[in-house]
Amino acid sequence: MCLAVPGKIVTIVEESNLGLRRGKVDFCGIRKEVCLDYTPEARLGDYVLVHVGFALSTVDEQEAQRVFEALRQLDQLDELKEGAT
Amino acid sequence: MAILSCPLPRPASNRILLAHGGGGRLTNHLIESVFLSAFSNSALEAQHDGAVFSANETRLAMTTDSYVVQPLVFPGGTIGDLAVNGTVNDLAMCGARPLALSAGFVLEEGLSLDTLRDIVASMAKAARVAKVPIVTGDTKVVDKGKGDGLFVNTAGVGLVMAPTLVGPESVCPGDAVLVSGDLGAHGIAILSVRNGLEFEGEVKSDTAPLWTAIEALFDAGVEVHCLRDLTRGGLSSALNEIASLARLRITVEEARIPVSGLVRGACELLGLDPLYVANEGRFVAFVPEGHADHALEVLRSQTVSASAVRVGMVHEDSCGMVTLQSRVGGHRVLDMLSGEQLPRIC
Amino acid sequence: MKFLDEYRDYSAVQRMAQAIRLGTTRPWTLMEVCGGQTHTIVKTGLQDLLPEAITLVHGPGCPVCVTPVEMIDRAVAIARRPEVILCSFGDMLRVPGSTQSLFDAKALGGDVRIVYSPLDALQLARSNPTREVVFFAVGFETTAPANAMAIWEAERQNVPNFSMLVSHVLVPPAMEAILSSQDCRVQAFLAAGHVCMVMGYEEYLPISQKYHVPIVVTGFEPLDLLEGVHMAVAQLESGRAEVENQYSRAVRRSGNRPAQKRIAEVFEVTRQAWRGIGEIPLSGLRLRGSYRSFDAEVRFPVDVDRAEESCECIAGLVLQGQRKPYDCPAFGTRCTPDTPLGAPMVSSEGACAAYFHFGRRKEDGDSIMSIATASL
Repeated sequence: MCLAVPGKIVTIVEESNLGLRRGKVDFCGIRKEVCLDYTPEARLGDYVLVHVGFALSTVDEQEAQRVFEALRQLDQLDELKEGAT
Repeated sequence: MAILSCPLPRPASNRILLAHGGGGRLTNHLIESVFLSAFSNSALEAQHDGAVFSANETRLAMTTDSYVVQPLVFPGGTIGDLAVNGTVNDLAMCGARPLALSAGFVLEEGLSLDTLRDIVASMAKAARVAKVPIVTGDTKVVDKGKGDGLFVNTAGVGLVMAPTLVGPESVCPGDAVLVSGDLGAHGIAILSVRNGLEFEGEVKSDTAPLWTAIEALFDAGVEVHCLRDLTRGGLSSALNEIASLARLRITVEEARIPVSGLVRGACELLGLDPLYVANEGRFVAFVPEGHADHALEVLRSQTVSASAVRVGMVHEDSCGMVTLQSRVGGHRVLDMLSGEQLPRIC
Repeated sequence: MKFLDEYRDYSAVQRMAQAIRLGTTRPWTLMEVCGGQTHTIVKTGLQDLLPEAITLVHGPGCPVCVTPVEMIDRAVAIARRPEVILCSFGDMLRVPGSTQSLFDAKALGGDVRIVYSPLDALQLARSNPTREVVFFAVGFETTAPANAMAIWEAERQNVPNFSMLVSHVLVPPAMEAILSSQDCRVQAFLAAGHVCMVMGYEEYLPISQKYHVPIVVTGFEPLDLLEGVHMAVAQLESGRAEVENQYSRAVRRSGNRPAQKRIAEVFEVTRQAWRGIGEIPLSGLRLRGSYRSFDAEVRFPVDVDRAEESCECIAGLVLQGQRKPYDCPAFGTRCTPDTPLGAPMVSSEGACAAYFHFGRRKEDGDSIMSIATASL
């Protein structure tokens, strides 16, 4: 089962008594309460991937750009080739 | 390697399932195999939103619809709004101005009188906005546990104002497919309060009467071939029904289909496809290519269709299917739903 | 939507498709494992953008499809009990058991409810102390952390009327089973990105080495899938066989440690039957002894008949990627989503259902998609 959706953490509620760390995550204006226990490193404003009400990973914004950087380099290579011919 | 195995096929159910109410393939099968076969007549067999018939020289339209939504009250409206607007819209889709409605109530023992008053008040208001009187009605009460609070049936009679026949039989290859606004708001508004799938987010039902937009098209001289309001089963069901009845192919471009950010967010979260989500104040219109731009201009001048857009076209092809060009350039068939669309996690 | 829309951008996707075309000199067969990936590929028509030399086959990545019939029968029997509220994800409701689905059970009076999260089921148990709430826990490793937390919380908060019917499957053993099959034609894998988000991808290293197959951890959006294909093909063309991570914005090599810890506390690995494939050793999860009191199989013992084998459904071959759904003689005729003969036709993630809904059929020798593209 694989549907995990990226959303932005907009509130965090820490419960001290062994309680679950919860937060509200925003998906394009839709807000859902999500358990943040599995992403202790996640902070307000971070994007997390949410599956069945649990944040399972924090989105690495730098890595998220990697594929676009790779595509830009491909475009530059094409331009160089065209320039050389 | 292990033995490949697969269990026996499941025997076809001989009971009504919730999925029979989903508006997709199962619903159509039920209608055809049980109702059409028993009640057969030409008006019914046209299978349009309402029936058109003549009384002396006057063309009239008639329709009926029952409303069973839970919860009875939801963001943007109540079951009462749906009951009035739904029937007004079915008449509008036949090209008919609504003349009068009836309202039949089945009330569950124990229903709060305050709830009933609220719903009736919303019906009265919706009827005023749609400029249609509720002229007759009926009330029954059933035992507690048998009625889900309240069921409403409304029937409507309208005066056909369309200069030509409006229905799937009039759809032609080359016709433009127009949608009156963004999709999926009603279905998501309901889900946002239904137990088990709640979320915050201000998605309001799009329930609204549509006759003024249709009337504007006729008044502007736009040639309208077919109209259908988008209800359960969403845009996909409406297009599939029309393609199948017209025996033509309809193509749509995903990138053109309007969906609001909030509805999109909810659909992503729940694993739903907005093309199958219910609407209550949106319609699709088929007009000749040459009339498309003018039709859009007219629609956009009306509040209920202010965000009308063109989403596709009709092709010469008797396959009776709907195909979609995806946002990234691939293609697929936009199939009819077989039952209800369920939230998924996979 | 941020981190979704960018990966559905037309130009970026077309550009990546072009890069794949330029980098492909020979035919290759790749398998994507996850039902969510199958869904994206078929729904966006991604195969149209790939060169003909590249064949994508779909693996057993649909936990709904591979849930054993006996387990569904068990869920149905438990749902029919008057004191029980049976909670499930929407995906499972339509899957037929040997005679009924959970939807049928609901029609016959069973209290069957769809929930978004297992914690919702736990909450139901707290608010309905006189009822027994049973959660049908089906899934891959992606869903295991959520289910583990629900059990852990049930114990911590002392919610005795909550239990779980567990049918969890693990991906790496299934990949190995496919690779070790004599008829295996898979040359590279696109590994399930969200499974790896939880478990990391270290366990794929020995598999990649043993069978000399590239394994690329891949996401779910069109650009992710194409980049995954691009990376796999680059490896194949140069004779490499490594584990690479395309989905690096979400997946770390060691995965999510807190989630793995909770899974290990609550579950243990066990043998598991995969519907359509058979038993794969050490490929499932069950509740550990200390949590066995929350096991619905123990709490509600049910006699379930062994399902009979049928001859017509080729689910096993489809799930292993050795046949396409339209290779099945019953596809689209005797076997449709309304009258399914097997699980891959029922679940929306199942390859057969996806192919049926999105139009990949062979009728009179032509895929229906040739009609779609003809006039464009």
